Amino acid sequence: MAKKTFVVGCFDDEEVLFPAIKKVRTAGYKIQDVYTPFPVHGLDHALGMRETSLHTAGFIYGITGTTTALSCISWILTSDWPLNIGGKPHFALPAWIPIMFELTVLFSAVGMVLTFCYLCQLAPFVKKHHFHARATDDLFVMPIECTSKTNIDDLQAFLKNAGAVEVNVQVAEDGWWLGRYDKDEMPFENKIVAA
Amino acid sequence: MHLKYESQLREPLVYGSKTYHDVTEDIVRPIEAKPSKLWYIGFYIAVALLIFGVYSIYRDVTYGIGQWNLNKTIGWGWDITNFVWWVGIGHAGTLISAILLLFRQGWRTGVNRAAEAMTIFAVMCAGQFPIWHMGRVWMAFFVMPYPNTRGPLWVNFNSPLLWDVFAISTYFTVSLLFWYSGLLPDLATVRDRAKTKLRKHLYGVASFGWSGSTKHWQRHESLSLVLAGLSTPLVLSVHTIVSFDFATSVIPGWHTTIFPPYFVAGAVFSGFAMVQSLMIIVRKVFGMEDYVTMGHIEAMNKVIVLTGSIVGVAYLTELFMGWYSQNKYEGYTFWYSRANLFSPYGWSYWGMMACNVISPQIFWFRKMRRNLFVTFFMSVIVNIGMWFERFVIIVTSLYRDYLPSSWAVYYSPTIWEIGFYLGTFGLFFTCFFLFAKYFPVIAIAEIKYVLKTTGESYKEKMGHLEQVPAEVFGHSGHGHTTVDNHAHN
Repeated sequence: MAKKTFVVGCFDDEEVLFPAIKKVRTAGYKIQDVYTPFPVHGLDHALGMRETSLHTAGFIYGITGTTTALSCISWILTSDWPLNIGGKPHFALPAWIPIMFELTVLFSAVGMVLTFCYLCQLAPFVKKHHFHARATDDLFVMPIECTSKTNIDDLQAFLKNAGAVEVNVQVAEDGWWLGRYDKDEMPFENKIVAA
Repeated sequence: MHLKYESQLREPLVYGSKTYHDVTEDIVRPIEAKPSKLWYIGFYIAVALLIFGVYSIYRDVTYGIGQWNLNKTIGWGWDITNFVWWVGIGHAGTLISAILLLFRQGWRTGVNRAAEAMTIFAVMCAGQFPIWHMGRVWMAFFVMPYPNTRGPLWVNFNSPLLWDVFAISTYFTVSLLFWYSGLLPDLATVRDRAKTKLRKHLYGVASFGWSGSTKHWQRHESLSLVLAGLSTPLVLSVHTIVSFDFATSVIPGWHTTIFPPYFVAGAVFSGFAMVQSLMIIVRKVFGMEDYVTMGHIEAMNKVIVLTGSIVGVAYLTELFMGWYSQNKYEGYTFWYSRANLFSPYGWSYWGMMACNVISPQIFWFRKMRRNLFVTFFMSVIVNIGMWFERFVIIVTSLYRDYLPSSWAVYYSPTIWEIGFYLGTFGLFFTCFFLFAKYFPVIAIAEIKYVLKTTGESYKEKMGHLEQVPAEVFGHSGHGHTTVDNHAHN
């Protein structure tokens, strides 16, 4: 990963943000992302993102949980150590439903959260470049990735016109690295740029 | 560009003319300020109780559970009473965050974070009781099915006690994940405002590098929705399974099919009461009356009167069945051991009736539902009543078994049984005080999400839309209507 140049437009109202996104996209600029303090409905569609398939993953994890419970319990109670409980059948499916259900939920929840953290690259000690400290407070922050052809001054004026309350240029790494939020140093920075 | 619109008839969920920044300020302020004297006093009392509890448990491990007054017929006593009581309290958080999310109840946003935290701490307390009740607690891992050198000898998957192990541990894990994944964006808010280095570092670690990216929010929404969908049957299953501990036995008073719904309703009842007790204090101490409004308190009181009445119907059904079944053991348990005020434990049954069934009926009156003092008082009464309920179920069914020669002993707890119970209060409140000091007690991002629909000042601005004919509105559903703002300019 190398550093890139971004022109960052900050908006303070989602009702200004939506038309601005439309204008920026029509003009052919590449929006890196929009950082918002809360989930804004319809923003993913406005940015042309596809639906997430996280829930499909959750379903698959759930099914795995059900199968794990059923196969383990049935093997244990019918073949590995069959217990005679009042002469009742060894394969006692109704009595296993609670545990099958619990494991379905457990596998699904744990799997989904881990997948979510992996996809969003979230973990303790992970550090990212945040384009604006108020993106988690009250600003909607839209960094636009610059190419060699981008006229940075034009783009800044364009964003101002579209209603941005604050526009600036930042050179930043857009991935993540291991670091502390109270220190500015970026380990491996030089190595990454050299590569 | 769309504007969400909510009817003027609905009360605002956020009072005052707040901006997004005001919301951040209001909720983060207690975290950034020095804790008050009151906080320290409360915290030290909680820690003192916790220490007493730890000492009681130390004695429990050293001398064995013989230091409790459990006897020949009463093998469960205070210990399992407290277990069921705490698990029940631990139901409100997930109910508020999951079931009310699926039902699209906007008012959940004001109380869900604290209720979820309360759930987690209550389940932690509940878990202590069966674990230390094992006596030889260093063998506690025997409840997990794992290949071992004793055969391998497996746990009994057909036993409700084992279902409990799975249900409670799953419930704890899922509640924790649900709570923490919801906290990530709010911890990032605290991180980005942090002034000191230590604070920046710690909240940086805790917020996992959350940035607020649109894609991340999209996944976060999907995650919350699916976790809510999973937690809804989960929360119902947990107390259902706890009730199976009783219902699958052949003890009179326990052997009944209405236990699962009756226990779940009771759990919601006591859980909401605990949320009321805590939120009334929190909103006062932290000055959050704009976010946890009288509307919120009233909504929770409605849940309390509903679930309290369901529990009441269950009690009456049990009494009826005790007579109608013409089973002499059932009849003896219900009509002598419980409903007869002059039987040895009759006081506990009538205490339960007074606290759980009769007194909550006061909430049929709107004035009472919106009275803070009455609400707080009732929330404590309800939790006392629900403790009595579990005590009644356990003790009155056990103290006179099938062998009259073992009837003589009147069960009352020793100081160490009480100490253990007080210790869990210490654990609960220590955790809750720390949570209230170091975490946002109200879900910041979720309040911002509903601010422009349900905030007082925004609702006033939308008043003119009341006059707009219905056809202008796009599609409607879920209590909100989406309308194109240009149509009215």
